[in-house]
Amino acid sequence: MSARLFSGIPCLSGGMPSLSGRMKSMVLAILALLWAGQAEAVNLEVAMAEKPAALLSDYGLFDDLGAQVPADGVVPYDLITPLFTDYATKRRFVFLPEGTVADYQGAGLPAFPLGSILVKTFAYPRVDGNEGLRLVETRLLIHQQSGWVAYPYVWNEDQTDAVLKRAGARVSVTATRDNGRLEDIRYVVPNVNQCKGCHVSDDRLTPIGPKVRNLNHDFPYETGAENQLAHWARLGLLDGLPAAPDRLPRMVDWQEAASSVEARARAYLDVNCAHCHVASGPGKTSGLFLTWEETDRTRLGVEKRPIAAGRGSGGLAYDIQPGEPEASILLFRMESVDPGIMMPETGRTLVHEEGVRLIRTWIAGLEE
Amino acid sequence: MGWSRYVVAVGATLFTLSGAAQAATVELPMTREGADAQEVLQLALIDATPGDTLVMPAGRFALTDGLSLDIDGVTLRGQGPDKTILSFRGQAAGGEGLLVTSDKIVLEGFAVEDVKGDAIKANGSDEITFRNIRVEWTDGPAATNGAYGLYPVSSTHVLIENCVAIGASDAGIYVGQSQHIIVRNSRAEMNVAGIEIENSYYADVYDNVATHNTGGILVFDLPGLPQQGGHSVRVFNNQAINNDTPNFAPEGNIVADVPMGTGVMIMANRDVEIFGNEIDGNATTGILVVAYPYDTDDAAYQPFPAGISIHDNKIGRNGFAPDNEIGELIAEVAGTPIPDIVWDGRLPWWETFFGPAQGDGIYVGANSATDGEAVGFINLDVTFWYAARWLHSVDREPPAHAGEPAKLATVSVSQEAR
Repeated sequence: MSARLFSGIPCLSGGMPSLSGRMKSMVLAILALLWAGQAEAVNLEVAMAEKPAALLSDYGLFDDLGAQVPADGVVPYDLITPLFTDYATKRRFVFLPEGTVADYQGAGLPAFPLGSILVKTFAYPRVDGNEGLRLVETRLLIHQQSGWVAYPYVWNEDQTDAVLKRAGARVSVTATRDNGRLEDIRYVVPNVNQCKGCHVSDDRLTPIGPKVRNLNHDFPYETGAENQLAHWARLGLLDGLPAAPDRLPRMVDWQEAASSVEARARAYLDVNCAHCHVASGPGKTSGLFLTWEETDRTRLGVEKRPIAAGRGSGGLAYDIQPGEPEASILLFRMESVDPGIMMPETGRTLVHEEGVRLIRTWIAGLEE
Repeated sequence: MGWSRYVVAVGATLFTLSGAAQAATVELPMTREGADAQEVLQLALIDATPGDTLVMPAGRFALTDGLSLDIDGVTLRGQGPDKTILSFRGQAAGGEGLLVTSDKIVLEGFAVEDVKGDAIKANGSDEITFRNIRVEWTDGPAATNGAYGLYPVSSTHVLIENCVAIGASDAGIYVGQSQHIIVRNSRAEMNVAGIEIENSYYADVYDNVATHNTGGILVFDLPGLPQQGGHSVRVFNNQAINNDTPNFAPEGNIVADVPMGTGVMIMANRDVEIFGNEIDGNATTGILVVAYPYDTDDAAYQPFPAGISIHDNKIGRNGFAPDNEIGELIAEVAGTPIPDIVWDGRLPWWETFFGPAQGDGIYVGANSATDGEAVGFINLDVTFWYAARWLHSVDREPPAHAGEPAKLATVSVSQEAR
């Protein structure tokens, strides 16, 4: 099969006027026939259909769904600095249709080809005396012709499959904090609009996590530890790396004591806040920009007045008051779980104590 | 088969093939108990197709999470602002009651109550209409109320009409960083700011009532934002009366600085026309025109008002009990009662000596008094009050700035043209 399979099919190349749903289905059916000869467990027809499948199992992404053992061609990955989601353990996987490749385009996201699927399962250690994880939800990001789509699947009690919940859900779980303390929470599964709330950039849905700089470290593959970029390049998933991974941009691990507090804090803010607080994101209306690349102190919040914070100001004058974490709105909102105050607005019901500590230390050390 | 019939047949086939979803009117089967309304409503908002009208039944519905709409061309309709009530008193998540991020949206005939954050926010929406909507915090003014009632931001072609906003701890009706805006026939009551147009271009605000707020109608421009340089705003034929609610905004927000009893306030905008309004019963002053009061390192920001025209307003008794530090400063400089129209007198330094350029001045025309006392004006000359008191002098005559303010065109929004 051609290495540029999709680029040869006009309706999938993205550059042509969009075709009707039925014609898309026909093309996909032909595509599926072409695929039938391959030993491909992942069901691309299901993935590329206009309507999402009812069950996670329908996609064929896993050989053993409950144990999260991926199917052929589904590659696990992780991130150097991850988003905080109520202390959930996350399992991430990437799938690219056979013969396709993601193109390197700098330190940010690679250009994932059509048919790419990003999989993220949220889980907690079981607290019923058994080993293993209690799976809560699995989110899929699929690169379709019309752009990326996001679907949340909620795991059933028996942990045998996960069911599509476009309107989101609340799930009672026991979360285990990093310090071992247990918390009974009403975990929030986002609805598909809330998925967009974070995953939107200039009005288009986009992945957030797998940026080159945030992938650039070793992952413990079954075959042994290997740098993820090198691994992806070796498997033919990633093309165009301009240099060896150790010479490419690398994000700081927010927990890595060897790195500066400044770098760790900026990494944390980038991953947890900058999908909205970026010039192309919904948080731009605040004038607060928390990206890794931002260099302007005011735009980063230093002695910046809030715009539409309302109760979120906490009666404080500035987003960040250098040297005074307790006088900084940024920290106040991280320490809240009140929906009218808390930041981020979605994705957590608990305060991330370790993240708060890092940001407090960073602000305390900032000079005017 | 004739040629034309063939064309029709092919057309019909193409239409069928396209599978285009038919626009429909969908009666939502919401019930008043349990989590049902949340899921029914949110799922309907997700599953809607462009052109759909989603109709909510009468009733009071308890919602637990913020709702969101991201499909273009949807109308969400209730049975009236006192009949279909979405109550967020038990809200556990979500920064807004309802968030709209799509285009060509009409929201009409329902109420949103007691949201933890903002009641209805539209971010980046083109052609967003709020009609016959009530947003309210039902416990009255409190710092724990959400910030904004109706809150279109970064939007274009915004129409707000026949709406009511009560109890917002920032602004009842707030339009931010938007363009082509009409706010009319609406009522803002017991908010910190009744109606606020901020960092926006081309707005007509008319036939509204702003009463019992801290400040009635505000036209502001703030630094450090993607859209700034607010201009071309007309505020006319409104009532800004008896704005007498003590400021209850959380500190840190710019409206926390607004003195209780400010009828109309303009800060740092260009080309604003205030005319035909009834302004009465505002304890600090009727109309306040000021520069942005804080330092900013935003070099692109223009902190001074320019091209401000105030004429033909009907002005009653104002300025009888000035509030907060701003009110005290005005009283200290001007004496009490404070004149009906107050300008802080700040200009760019070169204009302080040479006057504003043609059309960039403060123009106060004839305004009629409804309380039997002549309409008073004062230029506070705040710059020299602070910088060199021996050079300071107040001026109770409206400035004779060169030129005339720009003639502002009537604003139209494209959803009305169609």
